[in-house]
Parts: sequence; C-alpha cells; structure tokens
Amino acid sequence: MSAIIVLVLLGLGAGAVLGYALIRYRVDSNPLIEAVNALLPQTQCGQCGYPGCKPYAQAIATGDAINKCPPGGDDGIKRLALLLGLAPLPLDPTRKPDSGKRVAFIREDECIGCTKCIQACPVDAILGAPKLMHTIIASECTGCDLCVAPCPVDCIDMVAVPREPTDWVWPRPRAIDIIPIRLLD
Amino acid sequence: MTVKNNNWHLHGFPGGIELPERKERASDSAIETLPLPPLLVLPLRQHNGLPALPVVQEGDCVHRGQLIGRAAEGRSAALHAPADGVVSFIGYHAYPNDSGLTELCIGLCTDEIGSIDEEEMVDDIDLSEEDMRERIAMAGIVGLGGAGFPSADKLTRNPVKWLIINGAECEPYISCDDRLMRERSAAIVNGAQILGRLLRAEKILLAIEDNKPDAIAAMADACFETHIELVVIPARYPSGAQKQLVQNLLGIEVPSGQHSVDIGIVMYNTGTCYAVARAVAHSEPLISRIVTVSGDAIERPGNYEVLIGTPIEYLLQSACVNPNKLRRVILGGPIMGIAINDLAAPVTKLTNCLIGSGPGELDEELSARECIRCGDCVEVCPASLMPQQLYWTIKSEQHARAAALHLGDCIECGACAYVCPSHIPLVHYYRHGKSVLWAADQQRTGANHARARFEAREERLEFQQNARTSAQSARSSVHHYESESVADAASPDAADLTIMPLEPDAAAVAAAGMATETIAKTLKTAAVTGAHNDRMPEVLAAAQRARTKRANAAAHSAPDSAPGSAPTTGTEPDRANIAPYSDKDKT
Amino acid sequence: MNVAISSPHRTLGDRVGPVMRMVVYCTAPGMTALMAFFGWGVMIQVWLAIGTCVIGEALCLSLRGRDPRHEMKDFSAFVTGLLLGLCLPPYAPWWIPLIGGLFAIVVAKQLYGGLGMNLFNPAMAGFIFLIVSFPVAMTAWTLPLGLLSDPPGLLDSITLIFAGETLSGQSLAALRIGIDGFTMATPLDHVRIDVAQGLMISELLDQPTFGAFAGVGWEWVNLAFLLGGGVLLQQKIIGWHIPISVTGGLLGMATIFYIWNPDHYSSPIFHLFSGGTMLGAFFVATDPVSASTTPRGRIYYGLGIGVLVYLIRTFGAYPDAMAFSILLMNLVAPTLDQYTVPRVYGHLPTGKKPP
Repeated sequence: MSAIIVLVLLGLGAGAVLGYALIRYRVDSNPLIEAVNALLPQTQCGQCGYPGCKPYAQAIATGDAINKCPPGGDDGIKRLALLLGLAPLPLDPTRKPDSGKRVAFIREDECIGCTKCIQACPVDAILGAPKLMHTIIASECTGCDLCVAPCPVDCIDMVAVPREPTDWVWPRPRAIDIIPIRLLD
Repeated sequence: MTVKNNNWHLHGFPGGIELPERKERASDSAIETLPLPPLLVLPLRQHNGLPALPVVQEGDCVHRGQLIGRAAEGRSAALHAPADGVVSFIGYHAYPNDSGLTELCIGLCTDEIGSIDEEEMVDDIDLSEEDMRERIAMAGIVGLGGAGFPSADKLTRNPVKWLIINGAECEPYISCDDRLMRERSAAIVNGAQILGRLLRAEKILLAIEDNKPDAIAAMADACFETHIELVVIPARYPSGAQKQLVQNLLGIEVPSGQHSVDIGIVMYNTGTCYAVARAVAHSEPLISRIVTVSGDAIERPGNYEVLIGTPIEYLLQSACVNPNKLRRVILGGPIMGIAINDLAAPVTKLTNCLIGSGPGELDEELSARECIRCGDCVEVCPASLMPQQLYWTIKSEQHARAAALHLGDCIECGACAYVCPSHIPLVHYYRHGKSVLWAADQQRTGANHARARFEAREERLEFQQNARTSAQSARSSVHHYESESVADAASPDAADLTIMPLEPDAAAVAAAGMATETIAKTLKTAAVTGAHNDRMPEVLAAAQRARTKRANAAAHSAPDSAPGSAPTTGTEPDRANIAPYSDKDKT
Repeated sequence: MNVAISSPHRTLGDRVGPVMRMVVYCTAPGMTALMAFFGWGVMIQVWLAIGTCVIGEALCLSLRGRDPRHEMKDFSAFVTGLLLGLCLPPYAPWWIPLIGGLFAIVVAKQLYGGLGMNLFNPAMAGFIFLIVSFPVAMTAWTLPLGLLSDPPGLLDSITLIFAGETLSGQSLAALRIGIDGFTMATPLDHVRIDVAQGLMISELLDQPTFGAFAGVGWEWVNLAFLLGGGVLLQQKIIGWHIPISVTGGLLGMATIFYIWNPDHYSSPIFHLFSGGTMLGAFFVATDPVSASTTPRGRIYYGLGIGVLVYLIRTFGAYPDAMAFSILLMNLVAPTLDQYTVPRVYGHLPTGKKPP
C-alpha cells in the first residue's frame, strides 16, 4: 500500500517538473530551420529545387533529403548530417556538381539595359537602371547563375575566380603509405 | 665554445629541442657577392600584406634602385629594381610557396648591375624623424627574419617599452645573420639605434644565441658605449621565434590573438636593422640580401649577397650544385622551410637560406605510422599546446574542437613533428586544420552577408507588393491627390536611380495617391541594387512626375508608350525625372 | 602537379621499432631473475605468448588490408606477448598463453583499430580475461625452485606445459607442494589468506617463502625489473611521471596503513617488491597508448593505479591487482586527459581574469 502511495507521489512530482519545464522553457519557433539555414551557403541559386536557401532549410526540417545543394558540396552535406544526426549522402547526381567559385560578368558592349537580370538576382548584386548600363558588383555576387538565363542578349558570362596563394587551403596529409619524394630532375 | 651570459636574467621557455646545427660549412667564409643573373623575377608580394602595384610596363627601361612597384593602400611594401635592365614581363610566375601556385611578378632582363644614385651619406642626426620614417617606407623594407611584416608599418607611434633585435638564428644551416653581424656590425647597431629613436623605446636588447661566439664579440664591440644591451641566450630551437624570445628575455607572454607590438614590445631582425641603416643613411632601397646556401649537394657552400629576384637555379649553379647528389631543394631552414619543385622560382626578400640536400640528409620518405600517444610532442611544444590532441581532432575533421584546443596559437615551429617517433607530419595536419577553419570562416562570413542581402531584397519586394495592393485600394477612392510631404521630400540632387530605398514608407505611398500600377512598376524597374537608405520619397516623387508627365503628354498628343514599361522615352529621360522639383510638374 | 610537402623536412624519423626493442632489452634482467627462481617455464610461456601475438597481429593486419611487414616492424605485438608471458604462472598449460595472446591482440587491440587506438592495455586485458575465465590454471603459481621438493628441468617444463605432467609423471598440483608441504605459492597470497585467518605479519615473515624484505625470489625479480625500468628512464624511453606515481601511490597507501597497524598490514617495502609491482609500474602502466597523455594526467593516472593496487590487494578478492588497477585507470584516462590540459602560452588559467 505504501509502495503505491510512494509511486503515485513520485509520478505526480515528475509530472509537475516536466510540466513546469514545458512551459518555462518553451521554444516558440522551430529552431531547427534556423540552424539548418545557417549551414547552407546562401547562394539562393535554386539548384536544390526550392526558391532559395530558407525554403530548402524548411524542407529539410520537415524531412527532405540533405544532399540537394551543389554549392554546399560534400562538406555542407556532412555538416547537415552532423547537425541532424543522419548519415551523410553523396550529392544528388541529378544536380550539377558545383564548379567552384564563380562570379557573373556582363559584357557591357552588348547590354541593352533591360533590367531583367537585376530582377533575377537574389542578392541585388547587379547595379543598373532601365536603359542604363548594368554591371555586376563582383564582391556581392554569389555565383548562383540565376541572371544568365533571363538576359535576352546573353551577355552574361560566369567567370571562374582565380585562386590566389592567399586563398589556398592546405590539403589533408596523405594516408599512411610510403611515398618517395620526387627527386629533382 | 659557448659564451655564458651573466648580465641578463633569462626566463626560459617551455619545451624546445636541441638540433644538430650544421652551420660550419657555410658560416666560415665571408659574404660573397654573386655575379649578375641574366633574369630577375620580382614578385609584387614579398611581404605580409597586400601586393605592391606595378608602376612600370613591359618594355620599360629601369635602373638599379628605381621604384617598380608602389605600396598599396593598407599594409604593403614597395618594390625596387635591383639592377639596370628592361622589364620583360609582368605576369604570373612561379613563386616560392607551398601551394605551387603562381603570383604576379615583374620580370627584369638585366643589362648591367648599375649603380644607385646614392645620396651623399647622411648622418641620421641631420634627418628629422618623419624623414627617417619616410625613407624606411620608401625603401620597401620588410622583416627579413622570414615573417615579412612591412617594417614601416611596425614603427608604431605608441610608446614602446622594449625594442628587441633578434639575432638568434636558431634553425640549423642558416648563418646569414651570423656573417652579417660579424662583418657589418656597425651598420646593424646604427639601424637599431635609428629604430630605437623612432619608436622612443625605453630599452633596446640584442639577443644572440651562444653558438655564435664571433658574432657576439663583434656585436659586443659595436654596442660598446651605446644603449643597446647584448643578451646571450642558450641555443635551443625555437629560441628565435618572436613569442618565445619575448618570454625568454622578459618573462612576458604575448596574449593570444595579440601581437607583441600591442603590449609595447617591438622586434626587428638584425638584417632588417642593416637595411634600415642603409635606407636612412643612403636612401638605398632593399634590393639585395644575404642568403646562406648549404647542403651536401652544394660544393661551394657559404653566405652570398644575392639580388632580390635571383632565380633559385642561378643561385644553385653559382654555389656549384652537384646534380647527381641533389635530392631536395628547400628554401629556408630544414625545420620551417618550403620545399621547392620549380627551380625558376626567385629568391625573395624573405629568403634566408637555400638548402640543396644530398642523399640521406633530409627526410626522403613520407611514411608515417599510427600515433602511439607517447607524448614526446607535448614535451617539446614551446606554446604548451597538446599537439597530440590537435592531431586527433584534425585527423577526424573535428576542426571546431581543434580550434577550442587553441590551434590558432600554434606557431608551426615543427618541434613536435621533429620528435614524433611515428614520423607523423604533424605540422601538415595543423596547417590543414587552420586552412579549413579559415576557409569555413570566409564561407560563413560570405554566406551571412549574402543572406542579409537576400533578406533585404525580400523585404523590398514585399514592400512593393504591399504598395501595389494599397495603391489599388487607394485608387478606387481617390483620383488626384497631391501630397505635400512627397513633393517637399523630393531632393534636389540628381540621379542616383541606382540606389533604391528599402524602408517601406507606407504613409508616403498612400499619401501620394498612387493612382496607377505604373507607379508600382516604376518602383520595381527603378528598384535596383542597394543598401538600405531612405531615398524612397525621392523615387516616389520621380514616379509621380513621370505619371504626370505622361498624363500631360497623353493629353496633348499621341498615345503614350506601352504601359508597364519604363515610364520614359528617349535616351536620357530618367535624369530628367529626377531633376529638381519645379512648379511646372505640379498637376 | 604540386604535392604540398610541409615542413619540417628533417625529423628524427620512424623510431617506434627501436623504442619497443629497447623495452624488450630492458626486460632482460627481470626475465633472467624470473627464470633463475622459477625455472624454464617462464621462457616457454613468454615464447608461446609472443608467437601467438605476432601471428595474430599479422593475420589481423592482412584481414584489415594493411601491409603486415611494414606495420609489424613496430614490434608492438612482440612487446605485448612478452609482457603477457611474464605475468603468467610459469607452468600454466600451453593453451593459456595462446588464448590470452589471441584475446589481447585480436579483441583488445585490433578490434579497436590497431596500434594507437586501443582503450585498454592489451596485455592486461588478455591477462584479466584469463584470470576470470580460468581461475584455477591462472592461480597455480609454483614456489621458487629452491623451495620445491622436486624442481622441474627444461624437458620437464616442456612436458608439464604441453602435456600436463612432467616426464616422471608428476602433475602440476603435486609439483607445487613445497619442501614443507605448502601449496600456497605467492607471498601476496600468503599474506592475504593468513592475515584473514588472524596471523600477524611478523609471524608470517618467518616463513620460508619470505626472504630478506619480501617474498623469496620475488624480491629479486622486482629489483631486476626496477633496474630495467631505470635504464628505460635514463634512455628517455619512458617518462618519469607514471612509474614514480605508481610506486609513490602504492608506497603512500602502504605507509599509511602500516603505520596505523603494522600487525595487520604489510610493510611498504613488501608491497613494492612483491608480485608484479615493478613490472607493472615501469613496463605495463607506461604503455603510452592506454595511459593518459597529459603530464598532470599521467601523475593522477599513476597515483590511481598505485592506490587501487593497494586497495585490491588488501581489501579485495585477488592477491595481485596490478592488472585490474591498470585496466580500471585505462577507463579513467580519457577523462583525465580532458581535464588536465596544460595552460597554453598566451592564455590565462581557466577562471582567471586578465589584470
């Protein structure tokens, strides 16, 4: 009999604690979406099939696959997998693999000032006005490609950003094996 | 023979290793000047900072000492031609670095060594401090100890307690500072005094390792009756590293993330002092430096005065390299140097040594075993890090954890990798980890920036959408409505259609009595890039004028141009729209 | 294509093999002493264990796709077998070192990922596996040869180990009967059981199994291992932190209890020179892979081992406790590593504010 009373009291106590925690520590929005969005590269390119990174983050939070983002690359997939406790997948083969950091470049001789590219740019990296010259602010361009298609005279090129020695990243040391160092010729 | 030091209390530093010095082969002979190489390759970035900007073009004739690259805005250093000649190319060329990537260089086809228009030697007493600072900056002097910090930028105007002249030279093989101290001690002391005066340093210390007795004697002579105190420190690698030398001499630790300059301690290499003395006294730019050439495959090892930009191959040939014995070429010392694959790469301002190693002299295999957690690396780390834990975290790609273990404080001295019994390339791992963290940081900053711009754009579009819907509702109730606030707010300055406000100003919109969709479309097409600002009233006013103008034109003549397009015709109509508000635009 | 090769370009090189070989050489004094007092069985156990470990490691490495010839040059399996063999009773059956060696290498080392990855000391893991699974065989210690009525020679040892009885037909049990009819073997055993029966320490020490300051034979064995350990220290093969802490911890605990009640608790000297103390302190606990890695952590690790050895010997169910203590502290080592990271240059100690 006393056991029953004790257990009931324990249960009530535990329930009270949980209930208090539920109310006191309530989280209003789903923090997962913000966390996922923080890991996405923010190019807003749409290659994942969603109109921007935040919608893709929302989709991931509701269960969509994490391997749809080419600009994020394998590193991005790994980070998402780590956050969500999932297994990392290889990049979805239907998506074009990321071709390195590129910026758009408008051939100004050919630009007709139609502003279609300006409307397409998700980060407002194109400077221009109707019937005035358009130009890309290279430092703001994320290389998402969305301006290339709308241009009616096809005057936008995607130019690879050359790698500087100051940008170079030391590669991982090679696996344990015997590599004779190349002798000089 | 080692020299004991009794005057200065040394605090020592943790860890460190004893290394076989191997300096005798090169350090016994005097400095020799090389004959002029036919081609000099001058990288525009031979320092820590932004590359210099070329001021010559291909085909220009230059003479020795002429400025060919001016320092960029910010942290940068100038570049001068080391000899008379013709600029043969300005383009990407091999450069001594680990990545193998090329850098922008100026190529110089040399004619003759030439001579600098040397000014008469000026006693530095006659020069003002600003003059001296300017001469040092104009000479393109950078830290010749290897870090390459532009020396003029380090001449802080804040009060400095300690000026330390670093003559330690703790790496094996290297003896360029040793010979310089033996042969040109007066100039070094002169340079140190100039720097001390410019920095208003309270005390000047000169640190030399005890394995250089001749240099100590020469510098002791030269420092006699000056305020420079000579301190002999025990030979231990890496005693010449900045943070460790500060700790050894003064017992002070430079706080993590800060530079010693931030705590009133400035350090200069002895070679830099020499260059400073030459620059101040003779206005001589930095166009040559002493380089130790050594190694088993080098038949004439020694210290050579080499013009900046001399190709490594030329230097090796001049020192009589034996190609049959040559295994590896290292630029720098064996513990911190760079492995060179392309011998066309030039000697730069930061090159202190060139090693042509013979069989068995340097490591020739990269095989590594598993880490056995022996802890030898922990014992030798001069920064008291845990190299082993850094290795494990970086190997498993847990870079954030490596950063938490203070990977950023690693000075990459290589002592840990030197003693590792499993021959693990530890420094390679730390460099990889640091690069990955840096790249991730860059990416995160870029992504945050792009997200901010994207969100701003979304707000703007949302605002326009709202404007459109409220315009439609307003249209149904009001026809002509003139808003004082909108008209008055029109600013007289012209054009900057390119800046689009993003702050919604709903009151102004409604008050403008948006009558047509045209206004909304104007907003959209005129809406281009930009930062947030509050030029909204101007643009609204412009749109309003366009509307009225069109209405007037329509009232007078032919139908207007296709609706929905830009509310202007002709080539420069937009400018007219943002013209100062005038009475005639009032409806 | 440029393969980025990082500095340093000159190092002391691959020295794991030479380091392990030095460890092997330094066990020679102790092994000689063991053989002198306990006969050929020691050597047979050692070779059986080494053989099993080496073959087991080679097999596992090939299964894992690694090159056995390159990997085994590190001599780590050899050392594991050696240490395991030294810990076993000299005349245990032949399958004891086999099973122990296989468990040590395959389960405790290779299954964790091979060299450098194992959480537990493989030799001790194998030893514990044996002692828990085959308690009878593993506690069948013999008295020193001088005290046996019929000490076995080389051939006797071989047949005893492989066939279970000597050439003359004696079994191990019979062999263990000493001159005076004792069958208890190790001095630690003696102490534990007799003290439980109420004997005083001073009375115990008069028995023939006890020599000058510790058990007959065992005192010399421990001295010999101490000598070997001293050579290792001097050659800087091992650091001073772990051996000094282990012996210090044991010494400290033993001294406290001995001062409190010398009749009930053995002297510190006895503890230091009995059983596997010196072997454990200098050769087994210093195994770098399973020990703590930070300097302060190693001191706590060693102290923990010393304290645990004393507690288990005195209050526990086993006569010798080196293996258990080492395994228990292996469990704690990662936590010690976490909390004893040294202060890095340029950072203040945790909790301190900058001035």
